Amino acid sequence: MSAAVDTAPANIAATADTRDGRAPWALTAPALMLFVGVLVIPLAMTVMLSFHDWGQYKGIEPIFILKNWREIATDPYYAEMFWRTFRIALLTTLITAMFGAPEAYILNRMSGRWKSFFLLVILGPLLISVVARTLGWALLFGGNNGLVNKFLMSLGLIGSPLPFMFTETGMVIALAHVMMPFMVLSVWTALQRLDPQIENAALSLGAGSFTIIRRIVLPQIMPGVLSGAIIVFSLSASAFATPAIIGGRRLKVAATLAYDEFLNTLDWPLGAAVAVLLLVALVLIVVGSNALIERRYAEVFR
Amino acid sequence: MSFLELDRVAKQFGPQTVVNDFSLTVGKGEFVSFLGPSGCGKTTTLQMIAGFLDPSRGAIRLEGRDLTAVQPAKRGLGVVFQSYALFPHMTAAENIAFGLEMRRVPRAECRERVRAALEMVGLAGYEERYPRRMSGGQQQRVALARALVIRPSVLLLDEPLSNLDAKLREDMQIELRQIQRNLGTTTILVTHDQNEAMSLSDRIVVMNQGRIEQIGTPQETYERPASAFVSQFLGKTNDFAATIDLTATPRRLTAGSWSAPAPAGVAGPVTVSIRPERIGFGDAGIAAKIVTRIFQGNHWLFQCESECGSVIVIRQNDGQPQPAEGEAVRLAWRPEDMSLRGAGGTA
Repeated sequence: MSAAVDTAPANIAATADTRDGRAPWALTAPALMLFVGVLVIPLAMTVMLSFHDWGQYKGIEPIFILKNWREIATDPYYAEMFWRTFRIALLTTLITAMFGAPEAYILNRMSGRWKSFFLLVILGPLLISVVARTLGWALLFGGNNGLVNKFLMSLGLIGSPLPFMFTETGMVIALAHVMMPFMVLSVWTALQRLDPQIENAALSLGAGSFTIIRRIVLPQIMPGVLSGAIIVFSLSASAFATPAIIGGRRLKVAATLAYDEFLNTLDWPLGAAVAVLLLVALVLIVVGSNALIERRYAEVFR
Repeated sequence: MSFLELDRVAKQFGPQTVVNDFSLTVGKGEFVSFLGPSGCGKTTTLQMIAGFLDPSRGAIRLEGRDLTAVQPAKRGLGVVFQSYALFPHMTAAENIAFGLEMRRVPRAECRERVRAALEMVGLAGYEERYPRRMSGGQQQRVALARALVIRPSVLLLDEPLSNLDAKLREDMQIELRQIQRNLGTTTILVTHDQNEAMSLSDRIVVMNQGRIEQIGTPQETYERPASAFVSQFLGKTNDFAATIDLTATPRRLTAGSWSAPAPAGVAGPVTVSIRPERIGFGDAGIAAKIVTRIFQGNHWLFQCESECGSVIVIRQNDGQPQPAEGEAVRLAWRPEDMSLRGAGGTA
């Protein structure tokens, strides 16, 4: 029945194909040109740039040289920078998963009016600039003048301000806050696909509420958690505003490093190499983990 | 006799009473159906027995024990849901084994019982299948096996067959009935399908707007409906108004020019109700004209216009010639096939 329905449009497409094979190309040309113009060409130029030479006095020299790549590969400074980037991204992902998944589950169990209210509360921050949200953390914890630090010190609970600015901990907390809506949304979508009776089914078979969550609900929302994790990880690893504000010059990550090379040192080729490496590493990680997830859940969630 | 007992159970959601004054006793091994249109409170009642909802008033007892005090996970009832609610991330065998795992059944026994359960529902060899790779009927069988493998004291079926196509539904009805007979599991079925209720149940509870309209065997509810609702809901029926003529002796039941001897103990205006298959075409009786004639294989369906309103007649397709459309006929029936309801209810 459905096969018959499926073949009908396919036939039409096939006849159109024989009539004029160029039609699909002509139709997709505008989008394709935009894609090539704003993404492929600049990206290719960035890759090429990363193989150019640069000197303090001679500027950029358009020759093929592996100097920048050799520098990144050999100088432990860059290795440290990339490890820090991915460490922060991983921790951020773990925290958003740990808090975001239960958050989405609780949200899903709320009754109508409260549900929409709290969904708004969770998604609301997306409407505010990342810079404003991160600066909020700086206002609360920024050195001696941070509101929370001031308050705790006046109570005598702490002697010196809590270390937050220019620390990895601070960066992870601020990033987790910024990324939380993506995780909640992703898990929420997975929860929508859950059969509303499935928890009752487990209950009638004698499962306690903890068992239901661990054995029935969690395995089913795992694809949602994992796709949320991929989004959060790639956004955190390439985040610029939050690390720039919390970490500043003292605690650089790959994105802020590339920015500094471009705009402060003016060593564009080196900055391009850093940016390209970040992109390639991210693509590899995301594609790799996506393939793993798809293989793991292929049988169940097709 | 009474195994499961519902005593004046009621459920209220805010100001709305969804189930009201529901009293029923179910014997051990009995198959009882809750039948009614959607929104009549039948599923709510089932969910109260399962423990997914708490009754607002009344008591539910199983073998004399108060069931409402027992947590749903400890009630030991088997439930089959309309959507089957199988665990999509588990294979058929894992789905069925879940309830046994919760009961800490030893591994070897568990494997044996899962195998036996799958065999019982005719799915031997499907152990490693995931639900997504099974047809609706197969998923339905896994859900049934999962509910039965824990040897529930009561099996609760919530519209289990409504997602299957007509042919498969009939097969499943027969199979379900056989499995239930063999195991002797007390079963409650919720359905809006009167054929399903009639072919499966020992007794039917007809519900409407949160109240019980009638409790009886399928034959009782069909032959002697307690209310207009029951007679309309269970099969087709013809209702028309008549009066008892007190001046005649013996008293006569009249409707227009038609009249018949009145049964004893009835007075005033009444509703006469006759099943369409009990009406025959004869030489005497109410004059009518056939408006439409529909051939339905094993029977003919006639829509007639008479002075008492429109009447449906069903005749067996026994090979005899049948009246054509537009033909004038007379409609007759035996006095015992007609049931009378006064304004005050059954008479």
